[in-house]
Amino acid sequence: MKKLTFKRGIHPSDEKYFSKDIPIRLIPATGDMVYPLSQHIGAPATPIVSVGDEVLAGQKIAEATGFVSVPIYSAVSGKIKAIAPHQTTTGENATCIIIQNDGQNRWINDTYRPDYPDRSDSDYAEKLMSSERVKHMTAADIRAAVREAGLVGLGGAGFPAAVKLTPPDDGKIEYFIVNAAECEPYLTSDDRLMLERGDELLYGCEILLRLFPNAKCLIGIEANKQDAIRSLSEKAEKHQNIFVKPLKAKYPQGGERMLIYALTKRKLNSTLLPSNVGCVVINVATVITAFRAVTLGQPLTHRIMTVTGDAVASPCNLEVPIGISYDRVLEAAGGLSPDADPEKLITGGPMMGTALFRLDLPVTKTSASILAMRRDPVAIDDPTPCIHCGRCLSACPERLVPQTLSAAAENDEFDRFEALGGMECIECGSCAYVCPAKRHLVQSMRYGKRQTGAIIRARKAAEAAKAKEEPEKGGKEA
Amino acid sequence: MSLPNSTMLHVSSSPHIRHEATTQSIMADVLIALLPAYLMGVYAFGCRALLVMLVTVVACVLTELIYQKLMKLPLTVGDLSAVVTGAIITVNMPANIPLWMPALGGVFAILVVKQLFGGLGHNVMNPALAARCFLLISFAAAMTTFPETFRTLFDGAGVSAVADSGAALDAVSSATPLAALKAGGEVNIFQMIFNTHNGCIGEAYPPAILLGAVYLLVRRVIHIRIPGIYILSTVGFICLLQVISGNTALLTPGYLVAQVCSGGLLLGAIFMATDYVTSPITPAGQVIFALLLGLLTAMFRILGGSAEGVSYAIVIGNLLVPLIEKVTVPRPFGVTRKSKKAKKA
Repeated sequence: MKKLTFKRGIHPSDEKYFSKDIPIRLIPATGDMVYPLSQHIGAPATPIVSVGDEVLAGQKIAEATGFVSVPIYSAVSGKIKAIAPHQTTTGENATCIIIQNDGQNRWINDTYRPDYPDRSDSDYAEKLMSSERVKHMTAADIRAAVREAGLVGLGGAGFPAAVKLTPPDDGKIEYFIVNAAECEPYLTSDDRLMLERGDELLYGCEILLRLFPNAKCLIGIEANKQDAIRSLSEKAEKHQNIFVKPLKAKYPQGGERMLIYALTKRKLNSTLLPSNVGCVVINVATVITAFRAVTLGQPLTHRIMTVTGDAVASPCNLEVPIGISYDRVLEAAGGLSPDADPEKLITGGPMMGTALFRLDLPVTKTSASILAMRRDPVAIDDPTPCIHCGRCLSACPERLVPQTLSAAAENDEFDRFEALGGMECIECGSCAYVCPAKRHLVQSMRYGKRQTGAIIRARKAAEAAKAKEEPEKGGKEA
Repeated sequence: MSLPNSTMLHVSSSPHIRHEATTQSIMADVLIALLPAYLMGVYAFGCRALLVMLVTVVACVLTELIYQKLMKLPLTVGDLSAVVTGAIITVNMPANIPLWMPALGGVFAILVVKQLFGGLGHNVMNPALAARCFLLISFAAAMTTFPETFRTLFDGAGVSAVADSGAALDAVSSATPLAALKAGGEVNIFQMIFNTHNGCIGEAYPPAILLGAVYLLVRRVIHIRIPGIYILSTVGFICLLQVISGNTALLTPGYLVAQVCSGGLLLGAIFMATDYVTSPITPAGQVIFALLLGLLTAMFRILGGSAEGVSYAIVIGNLLVPLIEKVTVPRPFGVTRKSKKAKKA
């Protein structure tokens, strides 16, 4: 089959061999759990528990604040210890609900457990699917279930899933796209999910397809995951309207705009949403969690993380309780290699992930991995002058000129930054990856985007205020 | 799980991995690619070519080192860019040049053209070519006098000089194929391509230059766009100009082969027009730049007084790069002409 892809991009070594053959293992919740109220894009959740309250695992501890927001659930049973600022992976002190874990793992409802039902039963997913309740669920019921489960996009940004699944016009959606590219090097959790929970994924697609009467489902998988492609293609045969599409292994194939282009040849820019071109894009893990939310009413309490890198004793894929601290996850994975003294710890992939400065930080809904590297291949590089080689330009999937843009940002020329299309940057890191002068291109781009974004917002607010003023004036004169 | 006590974690912005290519490795690739052409120059013109290389490279590196020491700047000779400049000046010199001339050229290239403009990445002209033009203007005779005797791979010459046209040629020098061609010489295609011939050190043997080009293309140091379009458009514009000036009879295949294989066109197109710092970064800009070089080279060769024109063409092209880049910024992915206009309005 022809492999689909986008233009430009880069080919970093995928490094997935560390953990790609290790089955997902559920780890117990240990230690106090910390839940930042803002683990998603949108308004922070509002706590509905107070200090001293007893909670059970699977119990809601914070409620969504408005439409673009999600509730938060506890993954353990215990007592609310504090609602106070706690440091998170971004370095800021965010308000968190801190739960003293009683270690008894008492659930509010046993069907909310992450290991329910027994997956050794080969048609468990089909059985869940064929219940009368699920059969009769309407689109509104499905959206409500996803919303109530606290589900966000588990691939990266953490946008509330229910909002993504609610485009302005359901009938205009032609493609329901499952992002299974997993183009970041090292990460293998989506790969494992497709191999081990393929049925949950496909039935999940079937359920979500009900929301969009005119859509067909495309599952885009990079060609370096042949086993997943084979297994899902076989299974997809008995599902109507679901198609597995192999993609060329190239970074950033899993970027939303790149994925949509590869699968449909439709183009998006920063001012458009996927629904503007008839698409909805959802990550693999998100579809599976949505399946469980709809069929079992299960809230999002656990997620899959890859623990990997050359400084890790035994790389693996773990199903971890959200709220646990990173050092407990690393401990459960078997810790660091005895002789390793890692220079860098990363959460997320090496291209877009965040460097960790300590490990006693909470795992959130969007924590994808712990990547421990013995040697840090970048922080030691001093940037040298740009030699104008143009590699950044041929790598940029957004067809920008990163060299010129980063120079504009560094010189605070934000008008020029905007005119050159700087706001289109998706911060994928391809330009910095290829730069032979080792310049901090992404850093400059982020700075430029932040400053320019503020200027644009201020301008729009001023325009809106002016527009409001003018008709009033006109009214007075008349 | 606590980290070892000695652990000092690095924190930096993403990405956390990088490609292994560095400025230094790219410069090293250019030097490797120059090697075949240069070695054939040593074969053709003798050990004197080694001396020219030594003097020029030492002059370039020392100039950079001393300047940076005096100005208390970070020392960057390790990036090999000064060595590349020296090597490119060398392959553009006749082998019998008085040694102080390329040394002076090296000092001029590094000091005036490169460092005074801000060092690597900030020069507006290719330092090596600017130095060659500087020497060409200052010492025209020495720069265009090529040694009379040299070793060839086969007997015979690419272009046989016409006996009575010797007036244009110096008594102790032999003509370059292009000079002989301008004087009305006859072309032997096989000899032109596969025999060593007269000229600068680096342009003795076209296949060796092409070997270097293949290396650079395979290593993705350069893209075919600039050299390919430059060479083809030079040939195209030469044909056009000859047709306009009514010399259609001149346009034999042999004539065109000689135009491509001589006069520094291959060397210029592959090693100098592709210089990163002084060529456009945008794909459309590279096309315009290469076409412009082709036009200028053809004009200098056909309409100008001298037989050659590559150096001047590239140096003039270099100066236009900022303008070319300004008008060829690509439209970002997914941004249509319409949506861009709507944004402006």
